[in-house]
Amino acid sequence: MPVQHLQPAPATTAEPEPTLAVRDLHFTYPDGTAALRGVSLSVAAGEKVALVGPNGAGKSTLMLHLNGLLGEPQDGSAPITVAGLPVTRPNLPLIRARVGMVFQNPDDQLFSPTVFDDVAFGPLHMGLPEAEVRERVARDLALVGMSEVAGRMSHHLSLGQKKRVSIATVLSMDPEILVLDEPSAGLDPRARRSLIALLAELPQTMLVASHDLQLVRQLLPRTIVMDEGRVVADGPTSTLLADTDLLEAHGLAG
Amino acid sequence: MLPTAAFDRYLHGESLIHRLDPRVKLVVTMLFIVSNLLLPDGAWLAFLAAGGFLLLGARLAHLPPGYLLRRSVLALPFALAAVTVLFSQTGQPLWAFRLGAWTLAVSDAGLLRFASILARSLLSVQMAILLTVTTSFPDLMHGLRHLRVPGVLVAIIGFMYRYLFVLADEASRLLRARAARSAAPAAGQAGGSVIWRARVAGSMVGQLFLRSYERNERVYNAMLARGYRGQLLTMNPHVMTARDWLAGLAAVLLLAAIQLAGRLAA
Repeated sequence: MPVQHLQPAPATTAEPEPTLAVRDLHFTYPDGTAALRGVSLSVAAGEKVALVGPNGAGKSTLMLHLNGLLGEPQDGSAPITVAGLPVTRPNLPLIRARVGMVFQNPDDQLFSPTVFDDVAFGPLHMGLPEAEVRERVARDLALVGMSEVAGRMSHHLSLGQKKRVSIATVLSMDPEILVLDEPSAGLDPRARRSLIALLAELPQTMLVASHDLQLVRQLLPRTIVMDEGRVVADGPTSTLLADTDLLEAHGLAG
Repeated sequence: MLPTAAFDRYLHGESLIHRLDPRVKLVVTMLFIVSNLLLPDGAWLAFLAAGGFLLLGARLAHLPPGYLLRRSVLALPFALAAVTVLFSQTGQPLWAFRLGAWTLAVSDAGLLRFASILARSLLSVQMAILLTVTTSFPDLMHGLRHLRVPGVLVAIIGFMYRYLFVLADEASRLLRARAARSAAPAAGQAGGSVIWRARVAGSMVGQLFLRSYERNERVYNAMLARGYRGQLLTMNPHVMTARDWLAGLAAVLLLAAIQLAGRLAA
């Protein structure tokens, strides 16, 4: 059993409409692994939230759900709403444009022949006209500082460059929420620092899964701790990351 | 890491050939190959002219002399598949030898046909090499797409090119991991029996397959997350200019002249 930590419940009055709401989400993989056992959380527009927890806590599974990538619940319920839209099959095209999902491994995220094609992929599949697609590709490659590699194959880029391009590939869809899986994993200190600086400038609502607690402290004022498929703590980053018992109990203390 | 530089060393040239629209290059390459196939056996003048056409292309692309020929040697073993025509054509026997119970005779007609097939395949392969060293892969794919090659086929080629290197890196990491643990005792031989070694190699191939399969699922998720719904869309970065039309036309006329020369001489 995961330890339950009491946190002050967020005030329900005067709370703005959440951009992201998850209510009692359960998920079991086909092989019988219960990955999520009743996850509930709510994120307001503009909030920057960290999702921390040990390996196998269900963070990645939760993130895949936000984009409807693991199918809908069989009972027809819709436990997730994004910007007021329930995540159901007919809504998926809209949802996927609103939730910009950046996977951990850029070699999975960048699958097109060139960097340009990759950044253009999202907007093209949203059905935008070519002129606008070009405009967005130029805008977002400039935003992440990668304009000069537009014509290159992503295989030739460094990991730091690939991570930046990966972020541009979802920014070009103009998402409301950015969902990032381990954005700083594997980066050298300088590339990591410049990536954090880039993320700090982005205005979108953010949900970031990370083991990099320093990044969490710097970038994300609110933290949600997951373990064994449940949310075990949710509160201000400064409070939670100062709670050594909590960190200890969930394999986060280094 | 695979030395990808070896693949596209001449890709970034700025020659006339490099700047031609990929569609023109693709069509001319296909026509050149078809033209070679249509030339009658023994039309040496025409084969020579086709060689001249190729040299002109290589010259215009600023490739080092002999570069295409050297690369085309790789394809030579495949031309040897035609070696049976030496014996199967009826004609004046030039040379015969006994192989067990059979007598094999090389006929003049067979030799003529074999030499012609060799010439055709060498010329065609060199042209294909010229195309790929002067056209970047993405351009080539855009060209194919504009020429109405089915989108799924082009997408498969694209994914192959994108993940070939990733997969090769993965394989070399596996090999390195094996090498790092393949120590030998100070005296005696390293490793177990051949069967044991084969089993290790087999499970490495299996590993590679599983990893690729898992990557396939992750890439597909990444595509879905960015709005993929079963139809791959791309943009058209190429516009045919007057120069492209002219170069294409000139190439077609030259090929027609080569055909004519081959037919008249025969």
